[in-house]
Amino acid sequence: MSVANRPVHRPLSPHLQVYRPQLTSVLSILHRATGIALSVGALYLATWVIYAAASPKAYALFQSFNMSIAGRIVLGGWLFCAFYHLCNGIRHLFWDAGYGFELKDAYRSGWIVVAVSAIATAVSWIVGLRLV
Amino acid sequence: MSDLRTPLARARGLGSARDGLHHWWAQRLTAIALIPLVVWFAISLVMLSGADYDIARAWIGSPLVMVLLILTIAVGLHHGQLGLQVVIEDYVHGDGWKLALIVAVRFVAVVFGLAAIVAILRIGFGG
Repeated sequence: MSVANRPVHRPLSPHLQVYRPQLTSVLSILHRATGIALSVGALYLATWVIYAAASPKAYALFQSFNMSIAGRIVLGGWLFCAFYHLCNGIRHLFWDAGYGFELKDAYRSGWIVVAVSAIATAVSWIVGLRLV
Repeated sequence: MSDLRTPLARARGLGSARDGLHHWWAQRLTAIALIPLVVWFAISLVMLSGADYDIARAWIGSPLVMVLLILTIAVGLHHGQLGLQVVIEDYVHGDGWKLALIVAVRFVAVVFGLAAIVAILRIGFGG
């Protein structure tokens, strides 16, 4: 085989449509997605104190949605996003400080983030449901 | 050579606003501040998600909670606004839309943040 015909194995830029998902890329995308969801959810939570300041009637209206199944899903989803973004954000801060860039370390820290945020979410859902 | 831009590019004044480091640094500082605040807020949210009017107001209006809540809202919305700006800059390519969305995100964050802070102060100071 001549040099010109030899296949070259250059790294390709990740076209997400045809790229096999890896833990690292999925967690990276999830960090952005949860960040956007948290921002929108923060506005929802801000209205909580606004309703509490308004009147008992307004607050009761807001709480009736909070206690509905849709409201539980919003709150539960926000808690998952918060725990995941918190854990993965700490992982990002370690990278910013220059630690954990080896592939092995990136995967290990990634799985730690998955485990810790899953446990925290599960505990918050169980405790939250029991209180309701 | 200290400046690689042409005289014309300099005269037009486009290009880096020399704001990148400040943005990056502010995002990290708010992130660090939010670690304890979000842990506290998430626990409080679970404990109080079903609270009635009087319990919720008594909690919001206690001095320590007022301070922590205002900090969480102000720092959280600032952090969110910085993050959304990066997302918008990455995916919105038209200059007009990009600027309009970044400005809109900032306005919404300030309006909701201020409204929430006023509400907390009103509850705390018995308005």
